[in-house]
Amino acid sequence: MPIRKVMKANEAAAWAAKLAKPKVVAAFPITPSTLVPEKISEFVADGELDAEFVKVESEHSAISACVGASAAGVRTFTATASQGLALMHEILFIAAGMRLPIVMAIGNRALSAPINIWNDWQDTISERDTGWLQFYAENNQEALDLILMAFKVAEDERVLLPAMVGFDAFILTHTVEPVEIPDQELVDEFLGEYEPKHAYLDPARPITQGALGFPAHYMEARYTVWEANENAKKVIDEVFAEFEKKFGRKYQKIEEYRTDDADIIFVTMGSLAGTVKEYVDKLREEGIKVGAAKVTVYRPFPTEEVRELAKKAKVLALLEKNITFSVGGALFQDFSRALINESEKPKIVDFILGLGGRDVTFKDLDEAFAIAKNALAGEEFDEVNWIGLRKEIL
Amino acid sequence: MAVRKPPITTREYWAPGHAACAGCGCAASLKLATKAFSEAMEEKYGDPNAFAVAQATGCMEVVSAVFPYTAWKAPWIHVAFENAGAVASGVEAAWKKLGRKGKILAIGGDGGTADIGMQALSGMLERWHNVVYLMYDNEAYMNTGIQRSSSTPYGAWTTTSPPGKYSIGEDKPKKWVALIAAAHRIPYVATASVANPYDYIRKMKKAAKVDGPAFVQVQCTCVPGWRVPPEKSIEVTRLAIETGVWPLFEIENGDFHNIKIQPPGGGAKVTREGGKIVAIEFKKPIEEYLKLQGRFKHLFKQPEAIDVMREQIKAMWKVLGVEVTLPKPEE
Repeated sequence: MPIRKVMKANEAAAWAAKLAKPKVVAAFPITPSTLVPEKISEFVADGELDAEFVKVESEHSAISACVGASAAGVRTFTATASQGLALMHEILFIAAGMRLPIVMAIGNRALSAPINIWNDWQDTISERDTGWLQFYAENNQEALDLILMAFKVAEDERVLLPAMVGFDAFILTHTVEPVEIPDQELVDEFLGEYEPKHAYLDPARPITQGALGFPAHYMEARYTVWEANENAKKVIDEVFAEFEKKFGRKYQKIEEYRTDDADIIFVTMGSLAGTVKEYVDKLREEGIKVGAAKVTVYRPFPTEEVRELAKKAKVLALLEKNITFSVGGALFQDFSRALINESEKPKIVDFILGLGGRDVTFKDLDEAFAIAKNALAGEEFDEVNWIGLRKEIL
Repeated sequence: MAVRKPPITTREYWAPGHAACAGCGCAASLKLATKAFSEAMEEKYGDPNAFAVAQATGCMEVVSAVFPYTAWKAPWIHVAFENAGAVASGVEAAWKKLGRKGKILAIGGDGGTADIGMQALSGMLERWHNVVYLMYDNEAYMNTGIQRSSSTPYGAWTTTSPPGKYSIGEDKPKKWVALIAAAHRIPYVATASVANPYDYIRKMKKAAKVDGPAFVQVQCTCVPGWRVPPEKSIEVTRLAIETGVWPLFEIENGDFHNIKIQPPGGGAKVTREGGKIVAIEFKKPIEEYLKLQGRFKHLFKQPEAIDVMREQIKAMWKVLGVEVTLPKPEE
């Protein structure tokens, strides 16, 4: 029988790792993710997880050791956030290019400067071009579930890409919620053993990994990462379906909430989805036709699902905790790309909010909604809007 | 007629066909290192193939694994420039969990080891991974076209330490990574040279056989970087030993009071006390080493710089517990 425990998302991530039975975990402490390696080292110390825990001297070495271990042919896990993820940046491309299905938990945190330990999504969003799969959890249960599913998707032979699962700093990493821990037996059945046919460092069958790619081969190598990302779309659907069958919880790349007949759909990610769903309930009670959508899978980008979603609304209001300067949020760029050649498409309004742990309140959502209403009414509107700015200190 | 047994296994792990320059000392250093490793694994585990290689970006990586070709007959991985120590740590951790017997060989050049890879190396040594780290030291960033590293010796020309009106070439003494490695108090640290293959093979085998981390720094020629003719490649590194420029030593368990020094040869007079070498009177002036190399050519117009170098070499030997005298060339 599955057991229910009250725990933080960091603990849920460590539990997911324990259930997945990685043979090597390499991690370095960083706020707000530190509890993940702490908890894993406890599991190892107590003999509850039979893994080598490599206490590396930096995040760069954490991911490098994971690459070494994964290339040697074993299931591998790590966790980090923010500056730590940025320090890994170079090796993230290599992990994807070498097709190593490492899974990494991220406590989504703002990037310096100014130094800030609180939540936004700039850390993982800034790694969107690395080739890694990206999942975002709304709550602690999703953090656990998505890490398990990330292993399954990443290790699928049609995919073989690393995957990161993000959950919001402090809002989830340090907040307790009831979480159902699935049966080990069922998880074993679900994940199976990792026995790679492409990456091993075995003297009985020596292979070379990480060779130089000349212009004659480099593009094809990159194309296979594109292809694997495309394949992942189907594999994710299959894995979500199997997970639902086995564990009873349903996941979708884009999860919709009260979107039928909606004029305006708020789109967001992570824990903010919870706030937005409540806000939608409030407006619906007032008879206002709004809905919400949560992007659970950000890479591969769910283009088809975005196109379907777009058919349901006149305005998409994107609520984003990240920014590309002079352009807007990442969802704004990706949604615009997904819809650019559609004959009929909604207006898209982008909202930048909640950066560096700034609370997102109904008051902020009122501000965004007012602008989205203008767009709906055909009035002029700014494409990119910073919400909740303290203008008095600017 | 008696057939002599070859001094080292004929098994090849660094196969012919790699793209290193003619006369490349580093290519020779890798060939010997892998052979020595193989013998050590055979003697220790009964399996000559019981090792894997994790290599940093650099000349020897670029020339040995150009897709779809490889010179490597051992399991081999390259990830990036600065992380061979960390990658090797991960491979070793995986091997441990797989219950696989054997040892990991990490390889980096002087740039990838003394500079950009220093942190990953220190972490690997401090965590006591069962890895031998081989630093092939050709004394500059040769892969990118001869830029100075912290392992570049005083006075050397490189493309970023050019001699000029206000420059004598590289103006800092060489950083001795072997001593930094030994400060981790790991079981075994050694310096070696491709010009003394017997000593090098013995050291690599010893490094491969110890339980825990080991570090070997081998000096090897870069033909274009040192500006020497290919046929002088080994001769010049031999002169480095014989003139006192390149000390050969071993440090076990970080015991700096009992550093084992190998006699340099070249007619040098060695004085021992209680079995330990305490003084060496070199007979060949360092000019014999310098004059073969274009990278030091400019120094002969500034002989005082060569005297500075002599003082630095003496100071280095003093750290090793050896008083040396270095002759000046006869007028």
